[in-house]
Amino acid sequence: MTTLLAVVIGVLYAAGLYLVMRRSVVKLVLGLALLGHAANLLIFTVGRLSRAAAPIVPAGAERLVPPHADPVPQALVLTAIVIGFGVQAFALVLVKRAHRETGTDDLDALRSTDS
Amino acid sequence: MLTPVLILFMACALAPLVHRATGRRAGVFLALVPGLLFAHFARLLEPVASGQAYGESLEWLPGLGIRLAFRLDGLSLLFALLVTGIGALVLVYGGGYLKGDPRLPRFYSAMLFFMAAMLGLVLADDAIALFVFWELTSVSSYLLIGFDHEQEKARKAALQALFVTGAGGLALLAGLLLLGEVAGTLQLSALGAQSGAIQAHALYFPALLLVLLGAFTKSAQFPFHFWLPGAMAAPSPVSAYLHSATMVKAGIYLLARLNPALGGTDAWHYLVILAGTATLVTGAVLAYGQTDLKRLLAFTTLSALGTLTVLVGISTELSARAAMVFLLVHALYKAALFLGVGAIDHEAGTRDVRLLGGLARAMPLTAFAVVASALSMAGLPPFFGFVAKELFYEAKQEAPRAGDLLVVASFVGSSLVAAAAGLVAWRPFFGRDRGTTKHAHEAPPALWLGPVLLAGLGVALGLLPDLLAVPLVQPAASAMRGEHTDVVLRPWAGMSPAFVQSLLMLALGGVLYAAHDRALLRLEPLRRLAAWGPDRAYQGLMAGIVALAKTQTRVLQNGVLGWYLLVTIGTTVALGGYALATRVRPVPIGLEPVTLGEAAVALAMVAGAVAVVRAQSLLVAVAALGVVGYGVAVVFLLFGGPDLALTQFAIETLSVLLFVLVLRRLPRLRVLSPRSERIRDGVMAGAGGVFVAALVLAATAAPHPTPLRDYFGAASLALANGRNVVNVILVDFRGFDTLGEITVLAVAALGVVALLRLRASAGGRGEAL
Amino acid sequence: MDSPILRSGTRFLVPLMLLFSLFLLVRGHNEPGGGFVGGLVAATAIALVLLSEGLGEARRLLRVDPLALVAAGLLVALASGIPPLLRGWPYMTGLWLKVPLPVVGKVGSPVIFDVGVYLVVLGIVLAILFALAEEEP
Repeated sequence: MTTLLAVVIGVLYAAGLYLVMRRSVVKLVLGLALLGHAANLLIFTVGRLSRAAAPIVPAGAERLVPPHADPVPQALVLTAIVIGFGVQAFALVLVKRAHRETGTDDLDALRSTDS
Repeated sequence: MLTPVLILFMACALAPLVHRATGRRAGVFLALVPGLLFAHFARLLEPVASGQAYGESLEWLPGLGIRLAFRLDGLSLLFALLVTGIGALVLVYGGGYLKGDPRLPRFYSAMLFFMAAMLGLVLADDAIALFVFWELTSVSSYLLIGFDHEQEKARKAALQALFVTGAGGLALLAGLLLLGEVAGTLQLSALGAQSGAIQAHALYFPALLLVLLGAFTKSAQFPFHFWLPGAMAAPSPVSAYLHSATMVKAGIYLLARLNPALGGTDAWHYLVILAGTATLVTGAVLAYGQTDLKRLLAFTTLSALGTLTVLVGISTELSARAAMVFLLVHALYKAALFLGVGAIDHEAGTRDVRLLGGLARAMPLTAFAVVASALSMAGLPPFFGFVAKELFYEAKQEAPRAGDLLVVASFVGSSLVAAAAGLVAWRPFFGRDRGTTKHAHEAPPALWLGPVLLAGLGVALGLLPDLLAVPLVQPAASAMRGEHTDVVLRPWAGMSPAFVQSLLMLALGGVLYAAHDRALLRLEPLRRLAAWGPDRAYQGLMAGIVALAKTQTRVLQNGVLGWYLLVTIGTTVALGGYALATRVRPVPIGLEPVTLGEAAVALAMVAGAVAVVRAQSLLVAVAALGVVGYGVAVVFLLFGGPDLALTQFAIETLSVLLFVLVLRRLPRLRVLSPRSERIRDGVMAGAGGVFVAALVLAATAAPHPTPLRDYFGAASLALANGRNVVNVILVDFRGFDTLGEITVLAVAALGVVALLRLRASAGGRGEAL
Repeated sequence: MDSPILRSGTRFLVPLMLLFSLFLLVRGHNEPGGGFVGGLVAATAIALVLLSEGLGEARRLLRVDPLALVAAGLLVALASGIPPLLRGWPYMTGLWLKVPLPVVGKVGSPVIFDVGVYLVVLGIVLAILFALAEEEP
């Protein structure tokens, strides 16, 4: 499954990077969201996938019983997911305001802060 | 020894206040500071002359082995006396020269700053400490050359000086560090003992070259001499102090200081003597062709610096003696000359030798100072300059290689300088009155005090050199050679070959002086040739750098976000891909069994991603994005991350809701870029995707030690009282990080609320973005 | 959105979801759950009200301004680490009550910190959603 996920992550990155380079402001936000998902998957996958149990100490045991998933990357990704939402919201609102103020949705037209 | 430096820095800071308090007399009051320091150092003459040296060392950067170390021996004492003594006189002079000028406080501060830096330079015993002070003198020189900063000429000259000496400074740093590496210590006084090891080392030549670069740029040796004439844009007191008596001698000081460690080899001899000779001749020739007295003096300074360099390069006992004597002599007469010419300029309104004449009656004291100093420069007895000249001729004989070239060059050079001296001494005072001197009168005391004192000293030392000069020069020469050197000076050494040479040189000088007017006409065509010198190279270099910067900025920073992203992604993929390709062994792509569910999820995510890219309405794009998000959540679920799955499901739902709320007010999805751009971006994005996929494969194939996992697995219940290890990590083990993360969330929310509330309409509060 | 199905469904779901969010919060230390997930579920509940009944109802249900929740959450999270300082231990050392509370289970400073996280997550999501919903089209 790791190989399959590697491919999926690659596709997500490619799609995200492509969208982010587009001239439309909305596509920029969409691309950002895709990149966020892809990055989370990346960290999770590199922490070694395991179809085993979740990292919860079972009742009656004193420590985690292998085989189990690695809790450390999971902790990293958890906050990343929520912060990703915050970033997405902020980017979306920013784009909305920029569109309203400048009247254009083309990033190529937004070259300087003088306009 | 740190104390005098600190005192001067403090004086620099307090100078504006002193000026405000004492008005016209500020120069005198401020001159008390270096004056008292001069007295302090003078008291140390006797102990130092009898061989004692003082050291002081403070911890500075222990991790790098750099100390703030100072040492007072003969060489530093000589310089210290010059710096403080002439400094005091120049401060007094400056007060008079710039009287009434609103920029006077700045002048005092900058001069005192320079004084502190220069003093620190000559007292420093640690290579890095010396370098720091070296650069500080460059900076203060910049401020002082550009004193009249409204003039473009001054600004350009200041920048040129800073650039050249700064580049040299960089080379010097590299050289000093190399030297430190080779010798195993950065303490200058300890380097001499290791000279054998240093000179045999493979890095000796590069280190020498770099150090010489630093010294040559600072002391304006050929081909780095071109900044010195430009520096004459500074006011006269600055020129007298920095660019003749002290700062330009810093390179000479450095070479003298490092002579025990680096000197005596063939490379040293060749490089140093050659550079010195070239400078000597260039300066003398250019001086002869000048009509502006200040520029003339600048070029004779150049010639003198060349002479000093040659003497340091010869590196024998006699040359060390000659070098130290000449150092002292030159400082005295050149400072007096600059100050005197400044006074002439101040009173008669011009520095052009063709327009000056007959000032002797009007300005007797200045006349005395200038004439006495000029004659010292020419090398006539009974002035001190004569003693120096004799010694120079003697030392020249001992020059190891290129001896004949040196003899001829210095002979011609000295004659030209003597002729120039005549121009300075005779014409303005005793020449025909050309009418410009109608309103000239003697300069105020502030302006003649310095020159007269210095000139008088020149006479006194010339008459009684053994009594007065030896205590100064002998310890200096000993320090320069690293061993005790006897110095015996006599007003006249008898009819030696050197004396005969002197007579011939003076005769030639007289001829050249008389022929000056006619010679100027003949030399006209050569002037155009001179325009193609190193200065031209400097201008070209500056223009080239600016042009390069403009082009590069225009291309790489054109304001288009897509371009920036393209470049960023491209560079990352290129560098990362290169690293992956060259350092990671090819990974066998494992084909593990995959369940149907997992395959389905993977397929759904890929389909979703493609759909987002190709969507033509925002609604479809958002839905497809949701599919991807839910797919990720399922992956989390399948591989043992229940907390993650829960969170991802919730977030994805809210995310879709977010888009829905904003949907109506967003512009439609349009295809804006032309096909070529889309292909270009597609290729780059594809490359990025391939790179990341390869990265994942490489990372998952690498060995995977799990100390953290094992630790948390064991400690979670025992130490933190919890069974859900992920949650325990978040709120207990790494709780502080989580605190930071929720702060980030709060800030993001605040940002969103702020962006939405700020409105241009009358109803909202706040102004538009 | 004017839909009677949604509205009646919401009336049942919302209290359940809010209760579930608290459940997730409290059990997070030993079972899957925690402050992040709990806050998100609670926010989803209120968002449901926002969708079906409108912004006014949602605000009334919440009673306080969402940013106030954020501030309270940050304060609680920060404060949960202070008691150990009074005993001379480092900031945020885990302190636990010896006696477990009836419904909640063991209570300690990390649990209080989790409550702070819950409040912050709830607050930020609602702050964003309310601000967006407030905008005129």
